[in-house]
This record gives sequence, C-alpha cells and structure tokens, in this order.
Amino acid sequence: MMVHNHEVVIIGAGLAGTRAALEAAKVADVAVLSKIFPSRSHSGAAQGGMAAALGNLDDDNWEYHMFDTVKGSDYLGDQDAAEILAKEAPEVIYEMEHMGAPFSRTPEGKIAQRKFGGHTLNFGEKPALRACYSADYTGHILLHTLFEQCIKQGVRFYSEYQVVHLIVKDDICRGVVAWDIRNGGLQVFRAKAVMFASGGYGRAYRITTNAHANTGDGLDLALRAGLPLEDMEFVQFHPTGIYRNGILMTEGARGEGAYLLNKDGERFMKRYAPTLMELAPRDLTARAIQTEINEGRGCQTPEQKAQGIPGDFVDLDLSHVSEAKLRAVLPQIFDLARNFAGVNVAKEPTPIQPTAHYSMGGLPVNVDGQFIRDAKNTPVRGLYAAGECACVSVHGANRLGCNSTQDATLNGRRTGRTIARDVPHLSWEDVPAEDVKAAEKDLDWYYQANGSENVADLRTRLQDTMMVNCGIYRNEKDLKTQLGIIKELQGRGKKIGVKDKSKCFNSEVMEAMELGHLLNFSEVIVIGAIERQESRGAHARTDFPTRDDAKWLKHTLAYQEPDGRIRLDYKPVTITRFQPKERKY
Amino acid sequence: MNLTFKIYRFNPESGQPPHYQDFTVDVKKGETVLDVLGEIKAHQDGTLVYRRSCRSGICGSCAMQINGLNKLACETQALELQTATVVVDPLPGFKPIRDLAVDLEPFYEKLRSILPYLINPDPPETDKERYQSPEDFAKIEISISCILCASCTSSCPSFWADKSYAGPAALVKAFRYSYDTRDAGLRERLDMLDNKHGLWRCHTIMNCNDACPKKIFPTEGISFLKRKVVENKY
Repeated sequence: MMVHNHEVVIIGAGLAGTRAALEAAKVADVAVLSKIFPSRSHSGAAQGGMAAALGNLDDDNWEYHMFDTVKGSDYLGDQDAAEILAKEAPEVIYEMEHMGAPFSRTPEGKIAQRKFGGHTLNFGEKPALRACYSADYTGHILLHTLFEQCIKQGVRFYSEYQVVHLIVKDDICRGVVAWDIRNGGLQVFRAKAVMFASGGYGRAYRITTNAHANTGDGLDLALRAGLPLEDMEFVQFHPTGIYRNGILMTEGARGEGAYLLNKDGERFMKRYAPTLMELAPRDLTARAIQTEINEGRGCQTPEQKAQGIPGDFVDLDLSHVSEAKLRAVLPQIFDLARNFAGVNVAKEPTPIQPTAHYSMGGLPVNVDGQFIRDAKNTPVRGLYAAGECACVSVHGANRLGCNSTQDATLNGRRTGRTIARDVPHLSWEDVPAEDVKAAEKDLDWYYQANGSENVADLRTRLQDTMMVNCGIYRNEKDLKTQLGIIKELQGRGKKIGVKDKSKCFNSEVMEAMELGHLLNFSEVIVIGAIERQESRGAHARTDFPTRDDAKWLKHTLAYQEPDGRIRLDYKPVTITRFQPKERKY
Repeated sequence: MNLTFKIYRFNPESGQPPHYQDFTVDVKKGETVLDVLGEIKAHQDGTLVYRRSCRSGICGSCAMQINGLNKLACETQALELQTATVVVDPLPGFKPIRDLAVDLEPFYEKLRSILPYLINPDPPETDKERYQSPEDFAKIEISISCILCASCTSSCPSFWADKSYAGPAALVKAFRYSYDTRDAGLRERLDMLDNKHGLWRCHTIMNCNDACPKKIFPTEGISFLKRKVVENKY
C-alpha cells in the first residue's frame, strides 16, 4: 500500500481547512485531503455574511458580540471560546480583506455590514449592523479567496480522496487511511498532526440546506476510533429553507427587511419576539414557524386549499423592498427562488419551511483546536479539529447566523497556528499494521456487499424519520421510536447490495460508506436528545418545555464502546462574564 | 410525465467503448436533471457516475452537457427542457474519467497558472481595512461569482483545439484580480497572457457567455485585458 508522509494532514478544504493550511504550511509540509474538489466545499454555500464587531455603521463592540453569542447559545456556549471569537473576529475580517476577499462596501468604501438574527447593540437593545458580506454569496467569496491563497502558497491538495480510517493508538494520532476515489485503492497518510475540518452532518435530515457531501464522515471516524462527540443532539434548523427541498434562503433576506407571514398575512413573529421580530435567533424563529404550521396557520398551496389540507409552509415576503436593492444585495436568492420555487422575489412571496442547517455538536476541542478526549479536557496528541465538524463550543445550543463563517475561519486560523507550534515537538509514529488491515477489510466489505437492501431507500428512511421524530420539536416517545428505527436501519445496513465493483470513481461504494456513517452517528444524536430532559436552544422538548440549568447546564460527551453501545458522559460549561438568564428577544 | 434520459456511459475498466444508455423516468414538476440522475442511481443503475454536491448552484460540481448545452444539472428543471428525450453528456473538451465525470485537472492547472490571487508589493496596514468604493467593487462584482464549474472553458472551440489555451474561466479570474483596485499584478499577468495560448486565442466565439450559469459574460473581461495589452504597447 502506498504510504505518504506529510507532517500535517488536514481533512476537508472548506474555510476551516484552508485557513488552517495557510498557517501550518508556513512551517510544515501540509497535505489537504478532500472528498470533493476544494472549491466545491460547502462553506461556499454560506450566503449572508461573517460576523465581526467592526462598527463600520454603528457603535458596535466585541463585548456586545460576545454577549449575543452566549445568549444565542442559550448559555451552553463556552464563554472563553465566545470571547475569543468576538475579540479576534475583526482582525480575521481585515486579514480576509488583505488577502483580497471582495466585500460589499459602504458609500465611503468601508466593508459593508448588515443586520442578522440575534446580533444586537448594547446587550439586546436593538439590531446591530455586524454581518460583513459580499452580496449574498459571502461564503463563496471567502472560500475562493482562501483556496486561491493556498494556490499562492503551494499547499498540496489531494482532491477526491475519502478518508476511511483514523489511526489513533495509545492516545496518539498517527495519520489516516484514505481511499483514492478516482483510481480506487487505499493509501496511508502518515502524519505528525491530523486535523479534521470535514464539515457538518445535516444530511441526516430530509429537508436540509446541506450538500450531498455533508454526511458527517469525520465525526463518525473519530467515534469509531473510540473518541467522543460533543453535544450532538443540538441540530440547528434554519427558519427559511425553500419549501419541499430545503435550499437556503439567507437570513440576510430578513436582515434586508423581509417579513415572515402566515396564511392570514400576519407578521406572526410579533407574538414570539416583539423586539427583534424577524431578526430573532434561528431556534426561536424556526419554532415560531413550526408552531404556526402545527396550529393551522401555515400557508397552503392551491392543491392543499382545494383539498382542505392544512398548509405546511409560511411565506417569506420581500415584495415591499425595492427590486434595485434586492438585485444589488441579494442576487443569489433571486436565482434560487426562481430556479427552485418558481418565484420572483421582487413581486411575490417565497414559500419556506425550516430546514436542517447547522451542526452545533461535533468533535470536542479546546480553544486552541486540540482534540480533547474526556471531561477533564485531556488532549489527544497530534489530533485537531475546527469548523462545523468541531465543537469548541462557541455556539452551544444554538448558533447565531454569520458566526459559523467566522468560527470556521477564526478557529481554522487558531488551529493552524497551534499545529505550527506543536509540529516541531511531535514525532513520526509507527502506523500499526492492524489499522491498515481494518481499513482494507472495511472497504472490501462494501465491494462485496451483495444483500437485498437498497442504500438510497435506507438513507431516505433515516432522513424522513429524523425529520419527524428528532426535528424541531421532540418528545420522549418519538425519540424512542426513532432510536428503534435507527437500530432497525443499522441492521438492514448490514444487508445492503452494491452492484458496482469498479475501482475507478465508484460512487456507489462511496454512498454506501456515507450511509454507514449517517446510521452510526444519528444514534448519538437521538440518545443525547432522549437523555437531555430540558429544552435549550435548538433542542426543544415538548415534554420538558423549560431550560433546566440546575441539571443540564453541561455538555454531552458520547462514546461508542467496542461492542457498539453508546455511552454518555458530561462536561461543565465554561462561564466567565455572563450568568445564565432567561432568554427574551 | 415519463421522459427518456439518454446518458453517456463509459467505464475504462469494462473494455467497452463509450455508448449511450436509455433510462425512462417518471419526472414530476420541480424535479431537476440532478434529481433524475439521483433517481436513476438509486433505483435503476447504481453504477451511474456523476459529480454533485450542493444541489443549489453554488459548488459547481454538476456541470454537464444537457441536450447539447453546458449546464448545471442541479438548476436545470427537467420538464422545462420540453423534450421527450433528454441527452446527457459529460462536459466536452476534457478527458472522460467515467460516465459524466471528466478529468478537470487541466482546467485547474490553467487557473493556477494565471496567478489567481492578489498581487500587491505594499503590505496593507495591520488591523485596518483598505477602502474600496462601491463603484470599484461593482467592476469586479460579476466576475467574483465564478464557481469554477468549467462550463465556459468546456464550451470553447478554441480550447477544444488548443489545450494550452488558458480558457475563459482562468481569464475571467485574471480579470477579476487585475481589475481589483487593491491589486498591482495586471502587468505581470498581461506579460504572461500576451501570446497565442493566452488572450489572443480567444476568437470571440462567445459560447462561454451562453454557457455560464452565473451570467458572467467572460468575453467582456477577456476584451478588457486584450485592450489593456494594446494600450500598454502603443
């Protein structure tokens, strides 16, 4: 088997991976592995902006940003991490600008900033202009800028390489085994430092903004290597996904003045968040929309109306905003609404529904990006993570819009610097033969799978049932039903059939592998949700409707035992400046 | 509505020459060509190979030729094509790897060659942004929406004939940086592109303008650069 030796191996080429690569490559030999070409990474789909208290258009400061982030997290966010985010964010923006990121500008030429949900001035007084943006393709321009900087710096990319095995022995990470998708075959990537920047797990849900690639592979690889996952039960539903397919309509639309309307044409947010209205945080807004639908005030399609079926969406209305302004600041949503909803946003409302969007949970790391393996914050030597796959935890139980592009870039940079600092002190470790054999055995299993179960059908069943039983509103009965369904699907997953036996670009094996990841880590989401008997941020339990700080102001850590069982542990939240209070907007 | 999808198939390991295979799919309103490919892969033939990721027109993975035109499969509504048979081919001008996936390495190589990053010998002040007027931002605004899907370069007959040609996507990127007010690399890029495999291989056939899913109009940027070369010389 071919063995590559790179001092640093980064898995994933989105904002976190490329930003870290730029730092680490200053001192070390870096390889970035990505299952898709770097510029295809899902960071590019971020639309609305990147939060930083530059104060270009108002009297913003970092402390307001920190407070909003902590309050938005429903106080589950670690405040040391939130403080770092808020303090370093402006510098990270300036750095992106210096690299050439093309931001939209104010009339005097400063970086333009817009309103976004949950971002306020003076601790909740009124909306802040904090989101730095480039029209409504901010993630796209950030991703391309960083990718192009990597070209400048000569970072080595291995595109279309799928990591299939993480090599950890004696609490030291030694590298990974990766599958060369284009040519087939496994290759060992031996490394002193391995960093995950492999994105989120939104594809566990049917209605999602996430790309097909967002199947949480990196998280599951760590879980299978005996390492913990943190706070996986917190899955963010973005309030405004295009009806029936979940494609993102940026929160920037509401930042630019869009209304949310129910079937009576009422701006129903006034009943849920009288101060911030449509600019309330995402957990609250998504629940408000779902409540309107559940209580019969959802909008109806003509077919639903004719048949007397209650509507299952609400309207996102921009028709009162001038078309010239919309075309200037929200050009992408013009195209998205036209292509995927058949709607002209300047003239008519877009039907929307909440859509699985962001994974607050993930690989536990400290504020320097070092992977930690227990409640005592013990680092795993040579293993790091940043971005959506990681849980620092900046976002706690609910992330604010525009904080993820910032988190990925900022903590990508921090982690890259940590790696650069650590690499001289890390050594080349042996790769145990049993790891290589295990990876070979796994891949062979997929190639030889000749059962009768259909990969796509199992995936659809998982995604549909996760929406219903482990979505915006949860309760013990549904969650336990879902756990049973996942167990059943895991069993059926052992009897799948894979027809394609080719080495070259075998995407059927790839999809089967991704299904294996989805089925494994979804169990962690559901078990964490069953155990957490409270409502906090994105985790809303109808049977436990209030937050319970006495019992649950703590992070979940989930481990998979060698026999496959999930074991939970908990870890305290870091609280520094802001004591938990009731959240009102 | 039942439509026939006539799809280009090629597997280098099969020993068979490339051929078309027909699939019949019941297509509903709202379904895209990418949805249809997904349905075929899920329930008719798992061996069908194509690239896809975001399915919302921003990642650029699923560019392919649909009824003879380069498009993103994810934003092409199948019924709106209004043909009973939909012909799906890989992007032309690149070596097919398997089925609809082509070798884009030559495409990325051209991108890397034009110095696709800000060149500026004067380091900006730390902890401060450089100003840029909205008018100056507007000059590059359309070009920054390029998603590197390769639809334009793949549609270009000059590129088909001359594989050393930089191609419209790389030239748009050269334009995007060179016309950024913060960049000082115009001269360097023009010196590199002032030859028969650079700017002058563009014969203004303008296929690229039709092919671009982001409506970038590459010919315009290329013409700006050509004019600059002439201005600098004479």
